[in-house]
Parts: sequence; C-alpha cells; structure tokens
Amino acid sequence: MKTYMLPEFIIERSDERCIRCRVCERQCAQEGHWYDEELDVMFHNEETCIGCQRCVVFCPTRALSVRPHPSTYRPNANWTREKLQDLKKQAETGGVILTGSGNDKPYRIYWDHLVLNASQVTNPSIDPLREPMELRTFLGRKPDGLDLKVSEDYEDVEIRSELYPNVMIETPIVFSAMSYGAISYNAFKSLAMAAKEFGTLFNTGEGGLPKSMREEFGQNTIVQVASGRFGVDPEYLNVSAVMEIKIGQGAKPGIGGHLPGEKVSINISETRMIPEGTDALSPAPQHDIYSIEDLSMLIYALKEATNYEKPVSVKIAAVHNVAAIASGIVRAGADIVAIDGLRGGTGAAPKIIRDNVGIPIELALAAVDRRLREEGIRHKASILVAGGFRNSGDVIKAIALGADAVYIGTPALVAMGCTLCQKCYTGKCAWGICTQDPYLTRRLNPEIASRRLVNLLRGWSHEIKEMLGGMGINAIESLRGNRDHLRGVGLEEWELNVLGVKGAGE
Amino acid sequence: MRFEINRESERHLPDKDLQACGLFGVMNIEGKRFGGEMAIKAIVNMRARGNGLGGGYAVYGLYPEYKDYYAMHIMFQDRNMDAKKKVDEFLSRNFDIVYDEEIPTNPEARVMYPPLVWRYFVAPKKKGEDAKFSDDDYVVAKVMHINTSIEDAYVFSSGKDMGVFKGVGFPEDVAEFFMLDELYEGYMWTVHSRFPTNTPGWWGGAHPFSILDWTVVHNGEISSYGTNRRFLEMHGYYCTLFTDTEVMAYAVDLLMRRQGLPIEIVSKIFAAPMWDLIENMDEKKKKLYTTLRMVYAPLLINGPFTVIVAHHGEMFGITDRIRLRPITAGARGDLVFLSSEEAAIRAVSPKLDLAWTPRGGEPVVVRLKRKDHLMSLKESV
Repeated sequence: MKTYMLPEFIIERSDERCIRCRVCERQCAQEGHWYDEELDVMFHNEETCIGCQRCVVFCPTRALSVRPHPSTYRPNANWTREKLQDLKKQAETGGVILTGSGNDKPYRIYWDHLVLNASQVTNPSIDPLREPMELRTFLGRKPDGLDLKVSEDYEDVEIRSELYPNVMIETPIVFSAMSYGAISYNAFKSLAMAAKEFGTLFNTGEGGLPKSMREEFGQNTIVQVASGRFGVDPEYLNVSAVMEIKIGQGAKPGIGGHLPGEKVSINISETRMIPEGTDALSPAPQHDIYSIEDLSMLIYALKEATNYEKPVSVKIAAVHNVAAIASGIVRAGADIVAIDGLRGGTGAAPKIIRDNVGIPIELALAAVDRRLREEGIRHKASILVAGGFRNSGDVIKAIALGADAVYIGTPALVAMGCTLCQKCYTGKCAWGICTQDPYLTRRLNPEIASRRLVNLLRGWSHEIKEMLGGMGINAIESLRGNRDHLRGVGLEEWELNVLGVKGAGE
Repeated sequence: MRFEINRESERHLPDKDLQACGLFGVMNIEGKRFGGEMAIKAIVNMRARGNGLGGGYAVYGLYPEYKDYYAMHIMFQDRNMDAKKKVDEFLSRNFDIVYDEEIPTNPEARVMYPPLVWRYFVAPKKKGEDAKFSDDDYVVAKVMHINTSIEDAYVFSSGKDMGVFKGVGFPEDVAEFFMLDELYEGYMWTVHSRFPTNTPGWWGGAHPFSILDWTVVHNGEISSYGTNRRFLEMHGYYCTLFTDTEVMAYAVDLLMRRQGLPIEIVSKIFAAPMWDLIENMDEKKKKLYTTLRMVYAPLLINGPFTVIVAHHGEMFGITDRIRLRPITAGARGDLVFLSSEEAAIRAVSPKLDLAWTPRGGEPVVVRLKRKDHLMSLKESV
C-alpha cells in the first residue's frame, strides 16, 4: 500500500562541509544515509528518519542538520498534523499505534506553577559550600516511636524497639525501573554502576538481574516482581536492597507489557528465565492479586522469602483514587509506596493510553501524602514518586509536597544519550540504549555512560543543596512535606486546595 | 485523643508567626522558692530583644497549697463573659473545681487590651470512655478542646503547682500587671520577651507556651516548621497558634512525656548531629544516632532557634545544631541560670562561679538536687 504519510523530519546536508567519511551512514540505525561511490555523493532517506540526532552529533564537520519536516497540512487547531498522521498510519496498518517515552501532550505541568521560598532577615540562609548540607534519606517503614533504655548518667543507651528494615540513600534520587531487555545490557549496567558509585539505587524493572551483576550491585538494586514474574528467584530477592511489586506504570496504567521474541537473546532468556526467542508477555494485572488482601499476601510472601530484612515497595500508576489505594497499600504491609504519574516514561505503550490515562504526579503526591497523614500512617511507608521529573527544581518541589525520594528514568536516559525520539519500541535505538542489536549496544560504554549519570546525580544534588540552604534548611528531612516553602502561581483555587499550597502573596 | 479541625485544604491555615526574642531562666537546684525580681531584672536588661508586643513568665512551685490539683490559668479575650460561662460549664462537666478566682491584676500597668484572666484548681472527673486516659492525657484533651472550640477563651497553663503569666507589653509591664514581684514565689522562673515581625499582639500568643506543667520559651524562626507541624498533627497535636514555640512544646510533650525520652536524647532529635560526626562515632553510638535520625527525621528542628523548656524539677536550654541563636549558662551557689545573653545573668548575679557558652545542639540540663548542668561544661565553646 502506498503510504500517504508525510515524512516527520527533513535531513539537510551541506555538501561543502561533507567529507564523505560515512560516519552518518554507520551511525544511523534506520538506514537513512548511504554513499554512492561512483558519484561520490552521500544520499539520505527522509521517510525513515526519526529525528534521533545521532548523525548530527557524530558528523565531524557539522555538515548535517535534522529538523521537523516543513511540509504540512492546512493548519487546524483541532485536526493537528499529529492527529492526521496517526489516522493515516492506522488506516494503513489497522493496528494500535505504539510509542515510547512519556506523555508529550500539554497537560499542565504543576512544577512550573510552584515556586520555592528563601530566607531573608528573620532566618539566615545557609551556604552549602561552607557548611554541611545533608541529603541522606532512609526508605522504609518507621516505628511510631523508640523505646530506649537509658543509663543513670545518660551515657549508655540501648534501643529496645523493634526496627523495620530501611535502606539508606545519599541523595533523594533513584533510577526508575528499566528492565534488561527493554534497555541494553550496557545501559542497564551503567545505571547500576552509577547507583553504586553515588550511593543510591537503580530498579531492575521486571527483566531480572543478571547473575553476573548480583554480587557487585545487589545492594544498590530495587528488584521488581511484576505480573510476568520474569527473573524472580530466591537469590534475586535476597541480594537486593528493596523488593518492588509492580502493579502499574504511569505511561500505561491498567495494561501490561510485551517484550517481543526477537529481543529475547540468550542472555536475556537466562535472566528472565524464559526460552530464547519467545515473547515475554506481562499480563495487565498480577493474576494472583485481584484485591488488596491478595496484595498483602504477596507482600508478606516476599518478606518471608527474605527473612523480613528488606523493605517492600508497591508501585502503582497515579489514577483517580490514588490516595485511597495508597492507604490500602500501606495497611497491606508495604514499606514504600511508589507512584508513577501521567508523564512517566515507557519503552513501549499504546499511544492512546500513554496520552490519555492517569493523573499528574504532583496532584497524586499531594493527595497521597495528605491522606496518609490524616490517617496517621504517613511514617509507616516512604513515598517514592516518578513520572516526568526534569530537573532538580522538580525534585525539591516533590520533596516539599511530601515525597521521600524521586524516581528518575527519562533524565537518566537523556544523560546517556537519549533524545526522546519516542521510538524505543522499535528496538533500533541509535544511541545503544533501547536496543539489543550488538552493533548498536556496543556504542554505549558503561564506563562513560555511568560517569555521565554520576555527573547528573552530583549536579542535581548540588543544586538541591543550594536551594535548601537558601531556605535556611540544612537537612533534606526538614523540607519533606514542608509545603509552607511552596507557593502556587497561575493555579486555580481547586488546584491550590489539592496541592495544599497557598498562592504566591497569600 | 484526636480531634479534627474541619477544613477543605490545609492551604487555608494561617501563616506562622515570625519572631525573635530574649530568654531567661533561673532555678534553685535545692528547690528553695524565691520571688520574681531576678527574672524581671534580667529580662529588662535585654530590652532590645523585645518590642513590647509580648512578655511572659512561668513559675514553678507556685501553688504549694493546691499542689495536687491542676491549676488552670485561662484568659478570656475582651473580657468575654459568654466565653467564661461556656468554660465554667465545660470545666464543671469534666472536672471537680476545687477553687477558682480571678487572678489579681494591677490596672495601672502599661499593657494593651488586657483580657480577663481566671485561675481554676481542678481534679479530673473521668467518665465512661475517658477512663482509659491517664489524668495528663485527659487534661491535654480538654485544654485542646477549650483552645479550639470555645471562642475567646484560651488556656495559658494547666499544670500542677505552676502557672504562666503572660500578655502584650514589655515583660516588666506584664510583671507589673500581674504583680509578680509582690505576690508569688517559686523555685524556678522562666521569662520571655517577644519581638514578633508579623502579628499584632494577642495575649494568648505571648510566651511561655504551656501544656500541663511543661513550658517553652523560644527564640527562633524555624525553617522546618511545616514538616514538624504535619508530623505532630499525625500524633494528635493540632497547632492553633501557628508559632514555632507551639511546635516545640508539642514535640517536647510527645517525646518526653508520652514517649518518655530524656532530654539528653530529645536534644539529639531536635538538633541532630551531622552525618559526618555520626560516621566517626563508635559502633554503638553510630547505630543509636543513625536510628534516631531515621525515626525522628520529621522532628529535626531546622533553622535558628534557642529554647528553654521547663517542667517540675527540670529546666533545659538548647540551641540549634549550627548555633544560629545565642544561649549562655551560668551558676552561682544553688542558682543556675540560662539566658540569651551573659549580661542579663550578670545583671542579677554579678559574681558567678561558672559561666559558659554551650555548643550548638548541646543541651544544658538543670535538675533539682543534681549537678547535671555541669555535663554541658565539657562541650562548651
């Protein structure tokens, strides 16, 4: 069938600059560039270009530019170019339109409508370059109080309370769930290396943890137990720092996952414990969890399997009644509630779901934190939030709204090279991240990529310290849930009410 | 114990008070009672620390003849007799009132808009469901009820054998109003002079802040207020004054009275040692301090503060962990002093056996019949 679709991008090449080195040809995963030896000319094919910018970055003479294709339909506020293209694509394939990464629609980004406080006169700001500034965070259930036995001279103190397992991280930022299989081994290992070096955690997603990585990286790992139960064995649970039951994902609430068989190489098949080349299908629900009491049984099954030595997290997508669900999760015995918002990323999801299901993480977080406080159980679980955090400003605002820590996925990918071309589901990531093609994965060097990730964590942590110091706070825990340090700008009354934040000037 | 404040969103809660202050406390560690002259003279010496919008005193060993009964000092804004009637009814329903009277005042004193202040000596009259509460918890619940539900009534203090006298004016004016130098004696006095930056004076908003026999005088502007407040709400403490002091008082009540932790531990929760310091402790201490920081992270008091907390037999002063507000300690014979400034101590006791400046986060604990205050000497600056 002849396609009626317009090309998405235009490739422009300066013939004056091009030296025919053919780097673009080798770097393009879409076979978009080729060389004709007889004519000594580089050609390109715009139909296949996804705008990933790999060729542009690697062109040694800066001869290339790639930008949105100028050809367009008659402008129409309702029938946008994207809507028309999607219709044509569906008319030609009859399928569900797939996409990757997070929701790109212009839903209100509340972070951009919240501003932070700073100290003036009555309370000195603190300079993090001269004084300690502490970001250390504990994830897990906290007791109601401590029972201590104190000696007569107050010197010797014995802790008599039973303590719940907690995991310490050096910055309130952890890497989101991205499975080995969805992303390449090199990308997966880069995340692990960076988490270990910085003293934080990465999340395996539901692709298991390769045996070769268990000893070295186990203590920096959140291992996921999801609906497909891929890669779950007793050792997998026992080497981890945290176990996470995945109920849902912000990019695709209510639906499961599908790793196509062609991506299931021998190593992935071993890690996931499925035959090589078979599709890895994760059902939409966990079929042993149809209710909150079922969830509780799985939580305690995991705790039994690990001798009650590790916190259990339950990850859900932010949906309409997220507060009540989160409360149920805490009462079911979870030590951490992870909430993934409307803008959370994915390797593959139906576009219609990614763009239309779920609620923004800011509102979900505010509602959950408030509900848990009202019920007097906020300390019984940590709150981890995910879904569209773009910089340290978003992170610190989330902490002030009540989060214990923040999951970042997309920023980590971008740090490694991702350009949000949204074609993760094709398995042809030219940046070597979201692919299993050895030719492509080789380009991502874990030594270098992990350095980029550590730099990102360091940069954000420094920025968070600067902002904390400005507010006259020298430990992150004193900002947690401290909405007094936030004000809203350009928000409706109901939005301020849900966020529990005053308007600027109020 | 919990009661709900009906509200659509916490964003409608008022802003908290901003203020700076002068503090002074003195205890005779042998328990000998003395008059208010020292407290008044010391705070007058720190006049620049207040601006005439609040002053107050807590006196311990105040009512030896009624020492078995809860002494309630209750103010009625604008001398609202309707509020008084409601409080009288409420108290008679829930307590046996042994004796009550108007607190004598001097109408000549230079104070603004004095309310009616009444004292009641009461014993709990617990019925049905209430029987499971301890006397103290019962009293706290009833005090909270008066403060939140009866308009124009506010409980200054509710402890046994102690009382709080406070109001709007300079501390010496408040002392004159209540005639503190003539009428009362105690073995321990704390006093406060207030410099609010954003609220007009309200008599209930002056310090000391008190619940049961606990009193808090505080100088600071804590930046962790929102975190602290929300955590305390979860434990049934609803802030009605929106001051840092109130948060401090509730935190002290939760940790010391309800959870039974000594101030030596509580001070390490309020002013937690830095992680760098904890890393270098021996294993046992490291575990203790790590656990404290983990469990009580929401009660870390961040930002500048100095606080003097007192209850029967004990008074302690502490400043924040990076020492952004001052505190000085001194001792002469059986008297131990805590003050924002050494000059104020010297004003009432020019000769001192000891005078020292404690480090940030190091408490000075003064206890009856003990020399615990000397412990902080080795940690002084």
